[in-house]
Amino acid sequence: MGVLTIGCFPGLVGSAVYDFTLKLCDAAAAKGHKVNLWFSGNAAGSVKAHQKHLKDYSTGEKHLTALLEKGVEICTCEACSLARGVTKADAIPGVQWNAMHWYLAKIYSTDRLLHIGGE
Amino acid sequence: MADVKLAMVVQNPQYKGETPRLGITHAISYQTVEVLLEDGETITPTLCFVDKGVLGITKNQKAMEAYGITSTEGHLKNALLVDLDVLVCKEDLARYGIAEDQLVDAAEMGADKSIQVVPYSEIQKAISNAKHVLFF
Repeated sequence: MGVLTIGCFPGLVGSAVYDFTLKLCDAAAAKGHKVNLWFSGNAAGSVKAHQKHLKDYSTGEKHLTALLEKGVEICTCEACSLARGVTKADAIPGVQWNAMHWYLAKIYSTDRLLHIGGE
Repeated sequence: MADVKLAMVVQNPQYKGETPRLGITHAISYQTVEVLLEDGETITPTLCFVDKGVLGITKNQKAMEAYGITSTEGHLKNALLVDLDVLVCKEDLARYGIAEDQLVDAAEMGADKSIQVVPYSEIQKAISNAKHVLFF
């Protein structure tokens, strides 16, 4: 099995790309691949805990928690999250907080990289 | 024990969104990635500006006055100071009427590197030589 690293930049609400990213992570993990997921930009706001799932909007928390339970490593850009008012104490447990070099380090040993830009 | 080459390609204008700037800061972070790697393992990004990405990389930016944030100019100077290769597409500069002497320079800060204005074919080579390509 391989290692897949995904950098995700779009936000949770207002883009189906974020949903697609989490589903792709889930599918890869289910096949036995090692998956690393990096959040930067607007995606870094999605690590906030206690999201209310309104049916008109996407939710990240339920899916992120499930991915963590499957062994997916998830890390958010600390500066990006803090800039959006999300602190580590508010965040989904198990999500790592680090700087951009975490992403580069995962890229170093990954077999495939999917860099999913924002905007 | 190897070097992994990356091409980080900025194709959107600075200040319109956050992502183009994140291209620069992600590239700069190669300087500290060694704390998470084994001895002898390195990452070498080449930072490339193409299409509308060539907008917003000129001198004398007033981002702090206008927006209250640090400028792309400052980030680019930092990129040059940490010896990143920064390539800018010559054809796209011409398309937007930007002269080479308008581009950010960090020589006064002691940088050994300068922005390299190159034909698109050179940027294609950097992309071809990279193990992974990241578009911002």
